[in-house]
Amino acid sequence: MSLLQLENLSVTFGKFKAVNNISYKVEEGEVLGIVGESGSGKSVSSLSIMGLIDFPGKVEADKLSFNGQDLLNMPEKQRRKLTGSEIAMIFQDPMTSLNPCFTVGYQIIEALKTHQGGSKKELNARAVELLNQVGIPAPETRLSAYPHQLSGGMSQRVMIAMAIACNPKLLIADEPTTALDVTIQAQIIDLLIDLQRQKQMGLVLITHDLALVAEVAHRVIVMYAGQIVESGPAAEVFSTPKHPYTQALLKSLPESSVGQSRLDALSGVVPGVYDRPAGCLLSPRCPYATDLCRSTEPETQGTLDRQVKCHTPLDVEGRPAA
Amino acid sequence: MSNTNKNLVLKGTELRQHYVVSQGFFKEDALVKAVDGISFELERGKTLAVVGESGCGKSTLGRMLTMIETPTSGELDYKGQNLLTLSKSEQMALRQRIQIIFQNPYGSLNPRKKIGDILEEPLVINTKLTKAERKQKALAIMSKVGLKTEHYDRYPHMFSGGQRQRIAIARGLMLDPNVIVADEPVSALDVSVQAQVLNLMMDLQEEFGLSYVFISHDLSVVEHIADEVMVMYLGKVVEQGPKEHIFANPKHPYTLALMSSTPQLSPDKRRKRIKLQGELPSPLNPPSGCAFHGRCSFANDRCKTETPLLRREGEQLIACHAVEEQRMDLEEALA
Repeated sequence: MSLLQLENLSVTFGKFKAVNNISYKVEEGEVLGIVGESGSGKSVSSLSIMGLIDFPGKVEADKLSFNGQDLLNMPEKQRRKLTGSEIAMIFQDPMTSLNPCFTVGYQIIEALKTHQGGSKKELNARAVELLNQVGIPAPETRLSAYPHQLSGGMSQRVMIAMAIACNPKLLIADEPTTALDVTIQAQIIDLLIDLQRQKQMGLVLITHDLALVAEVAHRVIVMYAGQIVESGPAAEVFSTPKHPYTQALLKSLPESSVGQSRLDALSGVVPGVYDRPAGCLLSPRCPYATDLCRSTEPETQGTLDRQVKCHTPLDVEGRPAA
Repeated sequence: MSNTNKNLVLKGTELRQHYVVSQGFFKEDALVKAVDGISFELERGKTLAVVGESGCGKSTLGRMLTMIETPTSGELDYKGQNLLTLSKSEQMALRQRIQIIFQNPYGSLNPRKKIGDILEEPLVINTKLTKAERKQKALAIMSKVGLKTEHYDRYPHMFSGGQRQRIAIARGLMLDPNVIVADEPVSALDVSVQAQVLNLMMDLQEEFGLSYVFISHDLSVVEHIADEVMVMYLGKVVEQGPKEHIFANPKHPYTLALMSSTPQLSPDKRRKRIKLQGELPSPLNPPSGCAFHGRCSFANDRCKTETPLLRREGEQLIACHAVEEQRMDLEEALA
């Protein structure tokens, strides 16, 4: 049984499908990377797992199960208990996701109190222990600090402490290091991976940094305009991408064009609400697009272990199949 | 001017920018040395990249070069003329030659103005061109940066991030500058769009012979676009030199740490991380001696007391006692 399993999950806002029929699963102790450009539905899909999509957004799925429990059809109260304790999330911008009006200690203890309870003393001790765990120096004194007194890296550590407060089985990290400097990013990612290994958590790492995913993720999902276009083991997807979009993303990285004067840029942008093309959503930007691509949407091929959504998936050499 | 190098466009000598910060009524004012003694030379058609963590003074440097802020001390020469000693009107004329592109294209374009007005504003202020001439010029530059004629009457919110950055670049080009200071021009963009904008910048450089001061924290982007690299830490240069040398043979412990912290796509390029403890210290209360000593694994007592000066080491300039004394074991650090 997988820790998290999604089957044909869609999130719609009015007529707009922000996430369109995606399926994936996360195993215990696995790091799953989700990559894609802005507007490809990475964040919305993870918010829907947390139950954070409000009206008018609508979440539909054939299956959305966590640890064998059906998240979609369980009573609201029961789901509320799961989120924040068994499934936790870290958001992108640590400076704005902490409440500026309360101390760090108060905010960590709030999560503990809601889900576990205990005496004031116990809670305090646990909060100190958590801050210690995430590598904050002098945790006792930091408990009474307000978010504005912390740097970006420290705030993100506090966010991580809050997320792991109730020993979650699944941690969703939505661009946890995008707002941070590279040296701090390295510290935070090391911390996340250490915690993940220690606690054997499932970790969903959402990011647009392909190199980061290549370094830490076991499996990777590439999203484009609300769809999963490719997924598979990270090493395999990055060395022999099957979808033209994955290939183009990798090619557009500066490190792929060392010695060349120009970068291989993917032209155009992710289609928005009003300019979604017929057929394959990538067809206007795809160098290999045929008439079939422009008229018919491709089916997803392969199993959940390695899927690709393309009429002419690329072969090992990076050329489209005839 | 004794300068014989004809291609030299911009030259900074010992540039400093110090701010006086009030600490409250009863406390003495503190001095923040945002930029502390930076020298560089920039040739025509070349790119100088400035790298460092947030708070290291790279944006302040950019603002000084464009004269948005006047340096506290130092010399800034544009083609042999010291910009800081010129009269106001002479400054006005030369400032047009140095333009800036800001980081966030969502914040740097006025949402109430049409693209045409945004582009023509520099012309209205600085030139005597007629309305028709201004429009002609704006349209010409728009086509250069890959915008269409019909975009002239649109507002910034109708554009995507990449297109907005194109507009910002077009605005920077309106006064035919020789130098463009680009302050993190692609860090708000997705990789695919980032590649488009970088290509555009390189094409424009070739076409107009532009010189760039490219401020960035992304080393892979810098490796691609730069000719010269300058690594800054807390207002000071720690390592400076030609790109090939800096990337092939980084010497300063901070440069090494930055490079090893950058994630790498291909497994064989990955180095063992030099883990940096802690964060950038507060510029209000900088450490004594070498500003980096608190986070450096090679620091000794000399580093804690004596500020290292920039010394030539092969092709590079490096400010580090450990490199000077050759007590850095790189094999061990990167093993």
